[in-house]
Amino acid sequence: MSLHDDDVVGKAYDARLMRRLLEYLRPYSAPAALALAAIIANSMLQLAQPYLMKVAIDRYIPAGDLSGVNRIALWYVLILLTGFCLEFTQTWLLQNTGQRIMFDMRMQIYRHLQRLDLRFYDRNPVGRLMTRVTTDVDVINDLFTSGVVSVFGDVFTLAGIMIVMLTMNWKLALVAFAVLPLIVVVTQWFRRNVRESYRTVRRLIARINAYLQEHITGMPTVQLFRREARAFERFEAINQEHRVANVESIFYYAVFYPAIEIVGALAAALTIWYGGRSVLAGTLTLGSLVAFLLYSQRFFRPISDMSEKFNILQAAMASSERIFKLLDEPVSIESPAGTAKPSRRSATSEGTEREGGHIVFDHVWFAYNPTEAGEPDYVLRDVSFEVKPGERVGIVGATGAGKSTLINLLLRFYDVTRGRILVDGVDVREMDLAALRSLFSLVLQDVHLFTGTIAENIRLGAAEITDDRVRAAATAVHADAFVSRLPGAYAAPVAERGATLSVGQKQLLSFARALAFDPRILVLDEATSSVDTETEILIRDALHVLMSGRTTIAIAHRLSTIQDMDKILVLHKARLREMGTHQELLALRGLYYKLYQLQYKDQEGKDTKEAKDTKELTKELTKELLGSQNLP
Amino acid sequence: MSPAIRKLLPYVNRYRRAFVLGFVCVVSTTTFQLLGPWVLKYAIDDLYRGVTQRKLILYAGLLVGVSLVRGLFLFLMRRIIIAASRDIEYDIRNDFFRRLEQQPLGYYQARRTGDLMSRATNDLNAVRMMIGPAVMYSASTILVFLVAIVLMVSIDLRLTLIALIPLPFVTISVRYFGTAIHKRFEQIQAQLSEVSAVVQEALSGVRVVRAYRQEAHETERFSRANQEYLRRNRVLIRLQGAFFPSMTLFLGFGSMLVLWLGSRDVIHGKITLGEFVAFNGYLVMLAWPMIAFGWVTNMLQRGLASWGRMLEVLEHQPAISDAGVTAAGRGAALDGAVEFHHLTFTYPGADRPVLADVSLRIEPGQTVAFVGGTGSGKSTLINLLPRMHEPPPGTVTIGGVDIREIPLERLRGAIGFVPQEPFLFSDTIGDNVAFGDRKKDTKEAKDTKERVSAAAAVARLDKDIADFPRGFETMVGERGITLSGGQKQRTALARAVMVDPKILILDDALSAVDTYTEEEILSRLRGVMRARTSILVSHRISTVRDADQIFVLDDGRVAERGTHAQLVGRDGLYAAMYKKQLLEEELQAS
Repeated sequence: MSLHDDDVVGKAYDARLMRRLLEYLRPYSAPAALALAAIIANSMLQLAQPYLMKVAIDRYIPAGDLSGVNRIALWYVLILLTGFCLEFTQTWLLQNTGQRIMFDMRMQIYRHLQRLDLRFYDRNPVGRLMTRVTTDVDVINDLFTSGVVSVFGDVFTLAGIMIVMLTMNWKLALVAFAVLPLIVVVTQWFRRNVRESYRTVRRLIARINAYLQEHITGMPTVQLFRREARAFERFEAINQEHRVANVESIFYYAVFYPAIEIVGALAAALTIWYGGRSVLAGTLTLGSLVAFLLYSQRFFRPISDMSEKFNILQAAMASSERIFKLLDEPVSIESPAGTAKPSRRSATSEGTEREGGHIVFDHVWFAYNPTEAGEPDYVLRDVSFEVKPGERVGIVGATGAGKSTLINLLLRFYDVTRGRILVDGVDVREMDLAALRSLFSLVLQDVHLFTGTIAENIRLGAAEITDDRVRAAATAVHADAFVSRLPGAYAAPVAERGATLSVGQKQLLSFARALAFDPRILVLDEATSSVDTETEILIRDALHVLMSGRTTIAIAHRLSTIQDMDKILVLHKARLREMGTHQELLALRGLYYKLYQLQYKDQEGKDTKEAKDTKELTKELTKELLGSQNLP
Repeated sequence: MSPAIRKLLPYVNRYRRAFVLGFVCVVSTTTFQLLGPWVLKYAIDDLYRGVTQRKLILYAGLLVGVSLVRGLFLFLMRRIIIAASRDIEYDIRNDFFRRLEQQPLGYYQARRTGDLMSRATNDLNAVRMMIGPAVMYSASTILVFLVAIVLMVSIDLRLTLIALIPLPFVTISVRYFGTAIHKRFEQIQAQLSEVSAVVQEALSGVRVVRAYRQEAHETERFSRANQEYLRRNRVLIRLQGAFFPSMTLFLGFGSMLVLWLGSRDVIHGKITLGEFVAFNGYLVMLAWPMIAFGWVTNMLQRGLASWGRMLEVLEHQPAISDAGVTAAGRGAALDGAVEFHHLTFTYPGADRPVLADVSLRIEPGQTVAFVGGTGSGKSTLINLLPRMHEPPPGTVTIGGVDIREIPLERLRGAIGFVPQEPFLFSDTIGDNVAFGDRKKDTKEAKDTKERVSAAAAVARLDKDIADFPRGFETMVGERGITLSGGQKQRTALARAVMVDPKILILDDALSAVDTYTEEEILSRLRGVMRARTSILVSHRISTVRDADQIFVLDDGRVAERGTHAQLVGRDGLYAAMYKKQLLEEELQAS
């Protein structure tokens, strides 16, 4: 199940979703309750103004009581000030709570994302996940700040007005309420139609955008095949449909607002007619009539407001559905229950003899999509091998032979389909995840840098890696030289994705990172991208530093890197085909031999000088380049 | 009037009748809206003095009648003005698309799709809001404001002035809060993109994060960004929390003053009770324009800024056009004789040429091949032919005529191009194959199906089609079948064959097709392309070995040229490539 339904236009109200949303309100029940109280109090206060008008007209104006009028004005000021405080409190509490809920929700989503396995990431592009964390959460915020909650206020205002009118004069109130069925009919008609046309418009705008997006990307093809005119015709057709659908939805709005006003005027007319008769008959005061008129004005505003909230509600429901779907995504790779978290190795372990680092692949089969029907598409078939502590192993093979998969399984990014992987005699599935991964340093082809300083990129979040260790690690892998030249050196900021650094520099930084963590096992996916000869030599030498005294598993693209490794595995079409040292494999005259020849030719074509005797030359050049720096 | 607005006028002008009518409706609906309190005034005064019931019915009827007429105009106003804004949106969107269709490859390489999309969606929407709702509301609020004040003055000047005391406060605070809120809002948006950046970084580097056990650290980083976002939002909340209540407060003070001083005026007999009630009615009506003022100006500002961004696209003149077309170009025989004369080509903004002094001639009917490493300039060279990029004048000719003098329509019609990474449209396979077909619109259209089948057969797509549940009607892409790389390439080839080109260009177009199928395709192509020119670009020797001429490009220059046999014998770049590929084949076979 992938989270693909970005264009869902959900129901406007779904009790199940709403209950789950309200769960988020629980930690903030006190401020939320306070806000609700403020809303209720404020809507009650709104009722006071027409009443004051009534009192002025009935009691003080006919009597010419100036001090009474003054008192009324004073009350009015008091009500205004209280209203101001209440409204401020309400907005502040409500929006604050909304923001805190958003914060909690974002953290929850993010934490969940940090636990979901890589299979999930394979299925869901980063952009989509980002939308969940940002936009979708914001949409739900609207629900709290301007949607549902203000509907509460509206409902209370309505109820309050009805009660006051009924107590003032129930007969006149009932006459005025006679228009309510009309309101219900109009609102229902509007809601039904607007929902339909809202969906149509949404669907069409999605089509316009999809078409536009597709044609912007494919514009060269359109032009090469002279399809401009016809592509435009089709665009115009969808655009036209969109316009028609919109004009239709304008119709509903254009009818709705005046209709509500006319119903309101009808209520006013009934009040004047029936209330006027009562005034003449002496059963109603003139002030009450005026107050009635003012109340009925206030009565219809919330009703048209509430209909507008409809779209907000609908969008929020769709967003929350997507968010909950993500949160419900099961975490399939977890530490098994009952494994004690081992204490972190102390930072002083550097230099001491490393123990362990024994790896066994025992008849490992793996497919990225094992659940699909039929024979799974195995990327690894029955792969078995052993790496002894301190041994250095190279993996070679064509693209797609399954090399990277080996690494993914070893660090338990994925679980094996069949067979097992043992690290220091324990099945990786039975180890604490953090404990397992703390045994490794991983160096990937594409170096991933974070925004932050150079030092932060080397130590990442591990506070126990001191500045000295950062510097020592960088020096050991020859990164210190270029880092020192940066303005601010280790405190120099790394731009987004390391845009200001060269490919080689990024490589060296990732080496420094790997070394700083001082792992028992080094796992390396050698970069394919070509760098200039100088950097190449620095990288090669840094690699030696990195590998010394550690179990190393390296995916090699240049055979020159792994010639002196203890063992070389040759993967071909998902199977482990050959295994041995460089010389043994050459003697075999098999796959490795051919690969070697291929590379040799490649290098011959590129640079004859280098191909002659890479090792000798490297040593010479390294000395020359590194100059004063101490060579290990 | 700013020049940007002037450029909006032609669009508005097309619907000027709608706008004139719309304004008539605005005026009418406002007039009738203001009549309501006036009726009340008489009703109350009469009630105060005592009145017949007949008169009451008259007033009630008047109220309903006035609101019916007002409702009708309100309906028309919305219907006419907002619909016109939708019409303009429609026109602008069409023009936008048409303009995009004219822009060459380089234009798209220099821009992000997301940016263009955002202009076509968000910005267009802001522009529409400006010419629709913003114009409508500003017209109606200004009118309500002016007329209500006139009517209020006619009741009592002093009271009117008193009622307007809050106005400067409202205006000032709308402006103050407006600016402050806008500023905070921008800060919040900036922090939101910061939050997005953190998420993006952590999620795209998920392997590093997991391998180095940085989940907690990343969560902490996210939490900090999220905290800051929360903090900035709370600053905004404080502003908003103060803004709306103070509006209510200011306007409330106005009402209070009117209630207080107005009642005293009634007591002193300066105004009648009915006038007092009507006056209050107008005051309520004024509240909205005072608030809407800030809202509408905001909409106008945003719309104007967006319109500027849209103009950047709408007014960008395409760099490659038919401006240089000559009579010679219109009549040139596009026979497939292609020539490059000392062609040196540099991409705009680059400091080194990708092609340097390339001169070569391709005879009509020949099959030629270009080989060379990545970055050697092969793709650039063949992209110049259909003018996807613009070659310098006189450097590329077809049939002896500079391609810049040939109308694009003619030039591209003579070329069938199969790109490296083919782009297929989410449509049926059949429609994708017939994508460039022009005969569809003519009387030959009836044999379209057969021609699609024939083109598919040349590209060896026929077997795949037979396997698809709905054959040629199978949808490609998201809601249909996902094609493999090889199937995509072969569909693209069929699409190019279908236009029956004089010159067929294959830009490494069979890289995902296995060698056996490739062999079959090439031999079928030879049949179709007899007496036409074929240009192949490939990494594979097997693809190019039978070509009449092979050009080896190295760093933008033609390093070697000749037939396969000649080049293999020469022991240069080509020969090295050849040996390497023999080895690779051997390896693949094991």
